Amino acid sequence: MMRALKSFGAFWYDFVIGDDWQVAALLVAALAVTALLVHLAGVNAWWLLPVCAFAALAWSLRRATAGKSTTGKS
Amino acid sequence: MNALPLVLTVFVACAVEAIEALTIVLAAGLTRQWRSTFQGMAAALIVLAAIVGVLGPTVTLLPLTALRLVIGALLAIFGLQWLRKAILRAAGYKALHDEASAYLREVAAAQAAPASSRRGISDWYAFTLAFKGVLLEGLEVVFIVITFGDNQRDLGAAVVGAAIAVVVVAATGVAVRAPLAKVPENALKFLVGIMLTSFGTFWGAEGAGVKWPGNDAALLVLVPVVAVISLGYAACLRRPHRADTAAGPQAPVSQAEGVSGL
Repeated sequence: MMRALKSFGAFWYDFVIGDDWQVAALLVAALAVTALLVHLAGVNAWWLLPVCAFAALAWSLRRATAGKSTTGKS
Repeated sequence: MNALPLVLTVFVACAVEAIEALTIVLAAGLTRQWRSTFQGMAAALIVLAAIVGVLGPTVTLLPLTALRLVIGALLAIFGLQWLRKAILRAAGYKALHDEASAYLREVAAAQAAPASSRRGISDWYAFTLAFKGVLLEGLEVVFIVITFGDNQRDLGAAVVGAAIAVVVVAATGVAVRAPLAKVPENALKFLVGIMLTSFGTFWGAEGAGVKWPGNDAALLVLVPVVAVISLGYAACLRRPHRADTAAGPQAPVSQAEGVSGL
């Protein structure tokens, strides 16, 4: 039973979060900061989430390719 | 928002998944046995329809703001995952997805597997191969249909987009009786990653309380900006590749990331 639950959880983790959990963590943090800025500081921070998404993607790509070479298939 | 962008986005995303499912179904049917393959496919479609039937209307009961926050966040995370893989493929750091070689791998495995019947199914291997293939690829379709449909309060339009994609891909597969290797799948995956990330970011921020400049029209700017920046990342990563290939090709970062392969 526990093994089935673990497999189920692992499947959904891999399905949604994928290879880089830090991208997901950054995005959730950016959403939380956006909500705080809007509701507490009254700042309409529409720009924050896209900027954080691009930064998270760049950071993830940099880590994925650091010190690695290519397939030569592009 | 007009239903057309919704239908088109869901159509392209679902077509990509349907092409991958078709490859697995064809490998099972042509190599093993069509009857068990169709039974596996039908069982998976029933499970997927049940998930949409239960989850779709249930999720709609949530308040729109909470729905957009949660679904938008999930969609943006999911979209960035697609985009990351698409950029790594475009830049040559990850092997391109190739339906022809995927088909050959599935055929080799299907030919090597022994025949056995279970629970009234004459070829259990063909049944499970078709069931798993359609279910796993179909789950991504369900995820996209529910997130897009519920967020736009137009589940029907999303279902129509998905259904058209599945019918078109299935009909083409029946006509050519081969994996759809000529479809520019890697470019489509890049496009889907851009759309999922753009819509996820838009809805997630709206759920957090943001008012986008121009409301829904902001998407007309956001989608091209995500596209340009993503293509820019791919171009930047591709530059060192040219120098590398002069020295000879080396091992890729990974050729089998993730449960679904995206």
